[in-house]
Amino acid sequence: MITLRRKVYMTAGFNTVSMGSGRKEFHPKKPRPGLEDYIKEAGKGTLSKIGGARNVDEGVIGNFMAARFNNQGNLAALIPSIDEGLKWKPCTRVEGACCSGGLALASGIKSILAETAEVVLALGVEVQNTVKAVYGADILSTAGWRKDRKAGHAHYFPGKFSDRAGAYYAKHGRDKTRSAMARWYRNAIENARLCPTAQEHQNNQKDLDAMGMTEPNPRSFVEHLSVYDCSKVSDGASAIAIMSEEGLKRAGIAKSDAVEVVGFGQVEADLTVPPEDPTRLETTARAVEAALRSAGIRASDLGTVETHDCFTIAGVLATEAIGLAKPGEGPDFVLAGETSRAGKVPFNTTGGLVGWGHPTGATGVHQAVTLWEQLTGKAGSAQIKLSPERPYGLSINMGGDDKTVVAIVYRKAA
Amino acid sequence: MEYSERLENTAVLGAAGKMGSGIVSLVSQEMADLSLKPENRSKTFVLHAVDISHQALSGLVKYLREQVRKSAEKKIVSLRSAYADREDLVDNGEIIDAYVSRVLDIVRPTTLVAAAAEAHVIFEAAPESLDLKLKLFAGCAGVGSKAWVFTNTSSIPIHEIDEKAFLGGKIMGFHFYNPPAVQKLVELIRGKATLPEVAKFAETLAKSLRKTVVPSNDVAGFIGNGHFMRDMLHGISEAERLAKDMPFTGAVYSVNKVSQDFLVRPMGIFQLVDYVGLDVCQCILDVMDPRLPGKGLKSALIDRLLGQGVKGGQNHDGSQKDGFLKYEGNKIAGVWDPEGKRYVPLSEFQAECDKKLGPLPEPALPWKAAVKHPSKDKALADFFGKLDGMNTLAADLAKRYGSRSKEIGLGLVSDGVAASASDVNKVLLTGFFHAYGPVNEYFKEKVVR
Repeated sequence: MITLRRKVYMTAGFNTVSMGSGRKEFHPKKPRPGLEDYIKEAGKGTLSKIGGARNVDEGVIGNFMAARFNNQGNLAALIPSIDEGLKWKPCTRVEGACCSGGLALASGIKSILAETAEVVLALGVEVQNTVKAVYGADILSTAGWRKDRKAGHAHYFPGKFSDRAGAYYAKHGRDKTRSAMARWYRNAIENARLCPTAQEHQNNQKDLDAMGMTEPNPRSFVEHLSVYDCSKVSDGASAIAIMSEEGLKRAGIAKSDAVEVVGFGQVEADLTVPPEDPTRLETTARAVEAALRSAGIRASDLGTVETHDCFTIAGVLATEAIGLAKPGEGPDFVLAGETSRAGKVPFNTTGGLVGWGHPTGATGVHQAVTLWEQLTGKAGSAQIKLSPERPYGLSINMGGDDKTVVAIVYRKAA
Repeated sequence: MEYSERLENTAVLGAAGKMGSGIVSLVSQEMADLSLKPENRSKTFVLHAVDISHQALSGLVKYLREQVRKSAEKKIVSLRSAYADREDLVDNGEIIDAYVSRVLDIVRPTTLVAAAAEAHVIFEAAPESLDLKLKLFAGCAGVGSKAWVFTNTSSIPIHEIDEKAFLGGKIMGFHFYNPPAVQKLVELIRGKATLPEVAKFAETLAKSLRKTVVPSNDVAGFIGNGHFMRDMLHGISEAERLAKDMPFTGAVYSVNKVSQDFLVRPMGIFQLVDYVGLDVCQCILDVMDPRLPGKGLKSALIDRLLGQGVKGGQNHDGSQKDGFLKYEGNKIAGVWDPEGKRYVPLSEFQAECDKKLGPLPEPALPWKAAVKHPSKDKALADFFGKLDGMNTLAADLAKRYGSRSKEIGLGLVSDGVAASASDVNKVLLTGFFHAYGPVNEYFKEKVVR
């Protein structure tokens, strides 16, 4: 169990737009901002709220595959490009596939705990629309075990989660599960419509349930998922400042503008071994358990969750992994509306990966930004009202097919 | 010789042209797909791509490289299965590259017609001239040849080619629409002597290429041009009639606008003629008129414009060349004035014409909205119902146009060109992207002259 030896806060979150198909300003054939532009926009967004670069001790950036999407390595050295004041400061780039953002947060938290920094600028970035989706699938497949690629589906990760969905249908019933996945999709889009930076913000489809129920077509895609069950290809970056008590003072941040990190769990599974039970997210369950234990709370204390719904089925499975629903009852929990913004535990209140977008390396940081906004009352039209009995937020960021997971518990700082 | 064996050695004549390059792309991919089957691994598949210039053939190869890649990207799921035993090809990108190379290895560009002599299947996509086609077949098909010929002619009767090229029934009309890679429609035309096995092969191939097949009888122009040419001549005669009361340019503009916006078609009639090319239209009329005498299948206006160098057609990049109309990008910017021999900008007459024509029925029903409409038939019935009650110049022109189009459609059935009105409608819906068939309840059936 991880015990936090001193208080850790997060504040000054910033998200760029999640850019890609669905956004009206997105044209695949026109020039678009590059990796460095996204990093700059997000970094400056956070710096402007914490009194500038002079207050930052250290930078950390999460990114999955700029080496292939953008032919760019050494991303730590792009952090000083945000602001000259960051030059000569220690910076690190971390990678754990789609959990790279979560690893950036964990790394920043550890620097605060280690007392090697009082203020860490944590960033996540991915710019993926540089290649067509069919080639992007090859790049993203490196989050899986390379020796499994040949046997894998053309759309590798949709294939992996299609297999999980198929196994779940077989065990717990297809109709109920498909309906719950469609409901997950509807919730995601409805929440995204409330958040101006969301990729699906401008989605004005009328019958979301019908879209969500679109039958999978294995001839052109995968067996058990339709494209509406999948997060889209996204470009984007997010940034947040991780601080100690001392850091907050230095940057002049009021507690009311910060969240406290009350616990976290970081868990790794063996990349070369397929999941023992495809109907369960075991690594996620272990990371959440560690985070809750570290925070000293139970699942029933959670007021809101940002979970890694790269696919709708992953969202449904997460309700079980967290312990909010029993095995096989995740679909019922979702269908009862408990994960909607009006439900018991609103999930992914700005759309999650399906609705807000999934710039892979940025997602973990984006989740923290959303929870920071919700817990400090800065979520605008997407704001939910938390019950005082359940003041905790949980983020779950997953890399690969449930291999690298970081779960973090937050509450409003006091 | 079964289907796959026959496709081991093929040729396309006129391979670098607009239609030919599309046919090469489709057929070479079909051959590559066959070559990937385990039972065909030891065989060599060859497509002779014959055209007159090396420059055009280089353009073909470039086009193929792009087209085949796009198509491979789309069918990556099935390609991964086809390449499942190739341990060295792991990523989608590697498999797509391998497939593109395989297709390009099959295609052998050449300027020598004689290369096609060894082919078992010859696709002919040369310009619409019987003499030219006969000259080509003399060099590679006919007496002593094992080749089956599939001609892409859109107008010349198949039995005539058969007899004059001594093909002994080893020929069939296989009429792709433009562009072949995209257009779903194929008109299949059997000549009187076409051998049953040739017809069977054509049907199998069309099905394998996932085409929508409409059989047409062997009458000059077949169904597609049988409708289009008469529809075009109606448009021209309407413009000439209008030109008595307004400048010619305004008349062309008005008929073009009515045939698009008021008839809910994807483009106006003169834009369509430009798209096809005035020269191509003239060739087709030259084929049809002597074979269907007394039907007035000729146009002095088209001859005149061609004499003035106004041709239409497309540039290599797919952009539209000026014809009846002048284009800026995809937008119509002016109309050719054969008297002044220049394009008159729309701004000089558009407003006045629009005023004379009168408004669209409300709410308007653009073609794009109509084809996507969840209850298309009702939307069209509402639109045309309102049009019927209007007494404007545009409504009058549209009603005459719709009725004439219907008359043409019914004529194709009564003349024995099409087996049924639904075949005529299918050709217009699929091959011309119309939102509704010419034989419909929206327009009265009456002779318009």
